[in-house]
Amino acid sequence: MMRARIYYPVLAGFLLVVGLHLVLQAAGVTYYMTQLTMSAYYGLVVIGLCLLMGYAGQLSLGHAGFFAIGGYTSAVLTTCNLSSHSGNALIARLHGIGVLVQWQDIYGDQMLSFCPWVAFGAALLLTAAIALVIGLPVIRLKGHYMAMATLGFGLIIYRIVLGTRVFGQADGLSNVPPFPLIGPLEVNGRAPWRVQNYYIAWIAVLVAMVLALNLIHSRVGRALRSIHENEEAAHSLGINTYRYKLATFVLSALFAAVGGVLMTHYNGSIGPSEAAVMKSVRYVAVVAVGGMANLWGVLLMGVLLNFLSLRGVFGTFDDAVFGTILIGVMLFAPGGLLRMPRLQAISSLLRRRSHG
Amino acid sequence: MSFAQIVQYTFSGITVGSIYAITAVCFNIIYNCTGIINFAQGEFLIIGAMTAISLSHVVPLPLAIVGAVAVTTVIGGLIEIVFIRRVSDASILRLIVITIGLSIVMREGMLHIWDEKVRSLPYFTGSAITTVSILGAHISPQVLWVLGVSAVIVTALTLFFRLTTTGRAMRACADNRMAARLCGINDRWMVTLSFMLSAGIGALAGCVISPVTQTQYDMGAPLAIKGFTVAILGGLGNSMAAVVAGLFLGLLEAFVVSQFAAAYKEVVAIAVLLLILIFRPSGLFARRDVTALRTA
Amino acid sequence: MDNALLETKNLHRSFGGVHAVQDVTLKVQAGVIKAVIGPNGAGKTTLFNLIAGTLHPNQGEVFFRSERITGRKPHSVAALGIARTFQTTRLFPHMTVVENLMVGRHTRTRAGFVAGLLNLPRTWREDRQARDRCFEILADLNLSAFAGETAANLAFGVQRRVEFARALAMEPALLLLDEPAAGLNIYETKELAELIRKIRDQGITCLVVEHDMSLVMDISDEVLVLDQGRKIAEGPPSAIQRDPEVIRIYLGDEDA
Repeated sequence: MMRARIYYPVLAGFLLVVGLHLVLQAAGVTYYMTQLTMSAYYGLVVIGLCLLMGYAGQLSLGHAGFFAIGGYTSAVLTTCNLSSHSGNALIARLHGIGVLVQWQDIYGDQMLSFCPWVAFGAALLLTAAIALVIGLPVIRLKGHYMAMATLGFGLIIYRIVLGTRVFGQADGLSNVPPFPLIGPLEVNGRAPWRVQNYYIAWIAVLVAMVLALNLIHSRVGRALRSIHENEEAAHSLGINTYRYKLATFVLSALFAAVGGVLMTHYNGSIGPSEAAVMKSVRYVAVVAVGGMANLWGVLLMGVLLNFLSLRGVFGTFDDAVFGTILIGVMLFAPGGLLRMPRLQAISSLLRRRSHG
Repeated sequence: MSFAQIVQYTFSGITVGSIYAITAVCFNIIYNCTGIINFAQGEFLIIGAMTAISLSHVVPLPLAIVGAVAVTTVIGGLIEIVFIRRVSDASILRLIVITIGLSIVMREGMLHIWDEKVRSLPYFTGSAITTVSILGAHISPQVLWVLGVSAVIVTALTLFFRLTTTGRAMRACADNRMAARLCGINDRWMVTLSFMLSAGIGALAGCVISPVTQTQYDMGAPLAIKGFTVAILGGLGNSMAAVVAGLFLGLLEAFVVSQFAAAYKEVVAIAVLLLILIFRPSGLFARRDVTALRTA
Repeated sequence: MDNALLETKNLHRSFGGVHAVQDVTLKVQAGVIKAVIGPNGAGKTTLFNLIAGTLHPNQGEVFFRSERITGRKPHSVAALGIARTFQTTRLFPHMTVVENLMVGRHTRTRAGFVAGLLNLPRTWREDRQARDRCFEILADLNLSAFAGETAANLAFGVQRRVEFARALAMEPALLLLDEPAAGLNIYETKELAELIRKIRDQGITCLVVEHDMSLVMDISDEVLVLDQGRKIAEGPPSAIQRDPEVIRIYLGDEDA
């Protein structure tokens, strides 16, 4: 397959992940892995947002909302305790087929809740539905109107999770069980599983990168780029610009939701701060500084900035840092900080070869 | 609800509503001149109030307010010169994102200068417990100050834009910047002036509402969102309609709070914003053929 | 209704008080080169926009292959087989020439989001065939040397040809050319004439808006004349050249 070379960075990325593990182990600071794991899950959001902003050319100031929808849905479904209804026929049947599972929470109580896989599916479906409903009218709007509308959407989600008892209000939801993957692998934040989860998170990110790279180099990716470069021409060539933008919007929302689900199971909890406007602004800042359409740049900057932020390096100036980044990038480097001219030269050389 | 209660809620609504209206008018001033939506507008109100509060410990209240307005006006001008002017050829979206970044940095700056405590200016006349009786309801005299100052601001602005040379020059810039420049109008200074005007007026509004709603470092963003909602509701750029829309939103919020939980007050403005953007982004008062807002 | 490829009936379009297109009825038979001429402001580009779906008519109908396409969106009009070029070249500036043409192949390929995300094998063949076709077209138009060049770096004349090639990549039945000779010198215009004739011989019908009279008279089978939105004359080039109304609108009245 002549496009195998686009996957080389993925391989390099995996080697980097392994290498980082070994370095951290040697330095005796494996607890850094916790922040790296969380950064990876935030990275999922920015990959999706990069597709939306860099390729479809749409600005979303509410993507934290989708992260929250994913996380909260999974949290609610896996922590709702239906034990008191276990006599109910439907409940019993669901339990029988494995949709509902019995488990013991940290307080030793018997819980009967939805299986994490079912919750995951439900979270994705709900996110897709909401993204569709929001996207349908909003994608039609011009530039800053869409920005405001998505901002408003993010705010509503924030207010809803902050104000509703089911979502734990200001305390959020905790006691979220681990997410069992295959065999002994599961997503949880406990110390013995730290290395395991580090790899789970990063493999998830690399899988997401593979999907995103595939999309960009496909017919759809070309169509998206053409929309971004000259919408009217794209339209006249038979591309349904509205539908493509909408589909990309929903897809980016799904990426965010997956990040939300996995993060929630990793942390065992989720709080309203994940839906806050500042989170959405951060995601936008990361995509902007990473280069808008530069997937690897965005991922790199996202992980770097989130890691530093999570480790508290920015102190009380956390938000200010991201705000400054936004200003700085927009003023001085609207094409992104990482130009990587050497890599660009190599890639254009490769491109010419593949077309010869 | 008794009549007195209705009056109470009405006054409460139009008080807050007039601040929303002023914020929207400030949005419009900058928008008309530059096409930018200045996300940092809310911060101007808060900076004004906070500065006045600090100054009021040292100088008498009226002087403190004047000082605060002056300081904020200068800040507004500096922001335009340092950040906006440099990228005047950039896409509108880029400029808006810059103002978002600015609002964040300003807010964090305020946090570090004034910390997160809730403060307020002293009441202009009377105190927290003074009331005036109107139509059976007990209204704080500060409410009358808010309404009065808002009315004065709107009137003064209308006269400024209609009658003074500078005001007309700004309108010319808003209409057709190139043509204005060809007429010898220094359009770059007009842009700076629009920012300074919005900042100063915002500061004044922030001061006058401070005793009523208190002031906290992070109140800027919600205020900006509501101001933006009002501006869109009336039709972006249309300041007369913004006043009506502002009062409307204020009343709507007040009556929602009277019937439902207070937590839903915040949702009102956002819901209105989304509805308007989806169904009628040109605003309630715009003519049908304003189609420049949609792409498809 | 006879089998005209494209037909418009009583098309009207105004902007505020300006009647850009008034009561325009025309027929384009398959396999012809038909030119649309007229002074500036005659409504030629508006007519194209109405046909291509960029604008909706206030009144009137547009039929393509006897199917009503009035008011359809541009992308669905394109999918039916109508390609167009623009007065100012609308290439995708940061994409290569080949990529530009590949976008032109969009309506002839099918891979969607899922196939794209998963890089399904069935898309590989489709992609390869599309790419081969694009290279064929580039070779046809002597553009092979520019295949890997970024569109924004090309010379103006080359850009024009690439836009042509991109429209051809759609394999349209009808090609709308909006002032294709604008900005070209005599030699390039001659090449353009050859190109348009070659395209017609391949079976693609061409509707051309042009100001360059020599080009129009050279290649057209039929000419339609518009003035201030109205159809003034329609017929073979020789008849149009002698039509007194046409002469009047271009050269003015003797008594004026």
